[in-house]
Amino acid sequence: MTAWILFVLVAFGTLVSAVMVVRTADLVRAVLWLAASLVATAGLYALLDAGFLAAMQLLLYTGGIITLMLFAVMLVRRGPEAPTAGLIANPGRALTASLAVFGLVAFTVAEAGLPTEPGAGGSPSAKLLGQVLLGPLALPFEALSVLLLAAMVGAIALARRKDPEE
Amino acid sequence: MNGPPLEAWLALSAALFAVGLFGVLTRKNLVAILLGVELMANAANLNMVALGHFRGTPFGQAAALFSIALTVAEVVVGLAIVVLLARTHKSVDADAPSEMQG
Repeated sequence: MTAWILFVLVAFGTLVSAVMVVRTADLVRAVLWLAASLVATAGLYALLDAGFLAAMQLLLYTGGIITLMLFAVMLVRRGPEAPTAGLIANPGRALTASLAVFGLVAFTVAEAGLPTEPGAGGSPSAKLLGQVLLGPLALPFEALSVLLLAAMVGAIALARRKDPEE
Repeated sequence: MNGPPLEAWLALSAALFAVGLFGVLTRKNLVAILLGVELMANAANLNMVALGHFRGTPFGQAAALFSIALTVAEVVVGLAIVVLLARTHKSVDADAPSEMQG
């Protein structure tokens, strides 16, 4: 029962802050609502016995991505007024499309006959997770490091200010 | 064990994804569109963690870790493109760059 109460509370917080992300006009506030939503998601991971993942979520998402987003908002702002997120005037069709996606996924989930009890193996410890990452998943793990290097070089190459004499 | 079943987690994840999709479709500011993409990626991660938990395998969490790292790379490159566009077009409106329009 406690698990249900916690789930409903944290899920409600996640959803409400997600809606605030897409409806807040002020861009800085929208980024901060995203931070709230991501922290709540870390709580959901903790409810799923994924403590390591919850820590990674806090470190990488809320620590890294939110800082990066805030810097980007400050960098691209024009003039003294608060940066706005540019909501379109008539979101009716977007609402229909989103509800259709949700309805389709929810219908599929309801029809799929999924297990209701957690698996016998339980949630993996950080130790088991490390063994999996460096054992059967070693190749994608290494490929990921190349991807991160490529993203870093690409970001620098894209956002670099060109020399004035060029 | 009387916690929420897998359906509840997947429904929550679908709802989060739909909210993110709504954000992507209704925003004009490029940074705000990236916020919506973040919400959708986050929903997908939650899906993988929940499935791994209910199947009793560590691969769900491993996939979510990979996905987090991929999202970080995506955000870095995406924000670099936004900064570049803000410099070349003096705007972060998604409609501003239209050179490729026929």
